[in-house]
Amino acid sequence: MRQVYMDHTAGKPVDPNVIDAMKPYLDRFYGNPSSLHSFSDKTRKGIKTSQEKIAQLIGAEKSEEILFTSGATESNNWAIRSLATKNQDKGKHIITTSIEHMSVLNVCKYLTRHGFRTTFLPVNRQGLIDLETLKREFLKETTLASVMYANGEIGSIQPIREVSQIVHDNGAYLHVDATAAIGQLAIDVQDEDIDMLTISSNSMYGPQGIGGLYVKSGTPLKPLILGGGQQRGLRSGTENLPGIVGMGTAAELAKKETSAEKNRLSRLRDALINQILENIPYSFLNGHPKKRLPDNAAVRFSFVEGESILLNLNMAGIAASSGSACTAKTLEPSHVLRAIGLKHEEAHGSVLFTLGKQNTDEDVKYVLEKLPNMIRRLREMSPLTPKELIENV
Amino acid sequence: MYSEKVMDHFRNPRNVGEIPDADGVGSVGNPVCGDMMTISIKVKENKIADIKFKTFGCGAAVATSSMITELAKGKNLDDAMKITREDVADSLGGLPPVKMHCSNLAADALKEAIKDYRGKKRGKKGD
Repeated sequence: MRQVYMDHTAGKPVDPNVIDAMKPYLDRFYGNPSSLHSFSDKTRKGIKTSQEKIAQLIGAEKSEEILFTSGATESNNWAIRSLATKNQDKGKHIITTSIEHMSVLNVCKYLTRHGFRTTFLPVNRQGLIDLETLKREFLKETTLASVMYANGEIGSIQPIREVSQIVHDNGAYLHVDATAAIGQLAIDVQDEDIDMLTISSNSMYGPQGIGGLYVKSGTPLKPLILGGGQQRGLRSGTENLPGIVGMGTAAELAKKETSAEKNRLSRLRDALINQILENIPYSFLNGHPKKRLPDNAAVRFSFVEGESILLNLNMAGIAASSGSACTAKTLEPSHVLRAIGLKHEEAHGSVLFTLGKQNTDEDVKYVLEKLPNMIRRLREMSPLTPKELIENV
Repeated sequence: MYSEKVMDHFRNPRNVGEIPDADGVGSVGNPVCGDMMTISIKVKENKIADIKFKTFGCGAAVATSSMITELAKGKNLDDAMKITREDVADSLGGLPPVKMHCSNLAADALKEAIKDYRGKKRGKKGD
């Protein structure tokens, strides 16, 4: 049976070039970068080169502005906690959006329990924040805004340049979670005037368990992880060498491939979305029709439930994902789908296809071939389906 | 995540549909929580002669609905009333813990259908 993987937001394969670059750092170059001997020269150089490659990808001025973490979750935790607490003498108000990743939302909620105030900006039906609302929410005490570059679940891309202007006009710092966007969109931290940027390695076909945080020079920062003082005392713990080198190589490849791959994926995405909407009655797009990630086809189907669709897809060899309650540990539909105004029953019928490097036109064709029958079959079984719909299809 | 038995019932659900001239109909759940099922029964000589279901919900919701139709078919009404959520889950080789409460509503739907039938019958007698 054909196997079609369309769950790239959840996990991507590591690029073979990345694996090749990592290998020597597992068995040949293992000197602890903090040691004095010559074994460590190579590993220190490996870290430095990786920083340079990542800096180039995001347009950072200096390679030292790239710090390594265990992944995007740590980067988000670190950036927000650090900026908020380091500046608390100036004020204790944070602004973020209601569709951030849980690693942003839960840190803000944690800070709220510890004397901070957080404003969670609403988003419109397409998943975009309103810039006028953002302006209005600033207080004298606002020190930080954390706004994601793009949302992995609905694909919507925020107007970061305009956000950054507003945030800085109000004298606050801007943290941007670029986990879903990195490797897909051209990001320039200087041009877009971003103070802190969360970067994920796996989003760029690098290994998991490694991530980065860009911190613009002069941005106040204090460590989250304390210990032996690695990474200039800012993030302790012996560096994850193979991970760092892998992430650097992934960034180098992303820099080369992003633009062509963006066009290719956008074409596949549009074919998938348009034909689903055309061929399956009562199907809808989640997120913004144009301002969306190239890999993201988020759709929903009335009268059926997401997990049932995923199980059917899986039986046909197709891997996708869902914001549906039943797939998660909690029974609530995803906070993102609720934030864009979907009713519970609408959110329950959502399916997320995220495309990647190895997906082809044939993969899209295969999904389009299989999906309508699955939806029809589930609708025939559903007590919610209007009678005329079953008789007509 | 699911047992082979659950997947078998999900792949090939038994007794899907609705009985047009049903003697009793039971609906439980709510599309808001993501699971909703309707069971319709035909009763002959105090036994469940025919039973069909329609379900909106996850894999567990579909499989439990399908399973209860198999468990209930041919049983007399008192025995059918005694079928519990646990009986349904056990017959399916178990359900993931998170699904035990949210998606295991089939036994409740069957009880509602039998109550509906009994209510109607009482109503008729009173005429």
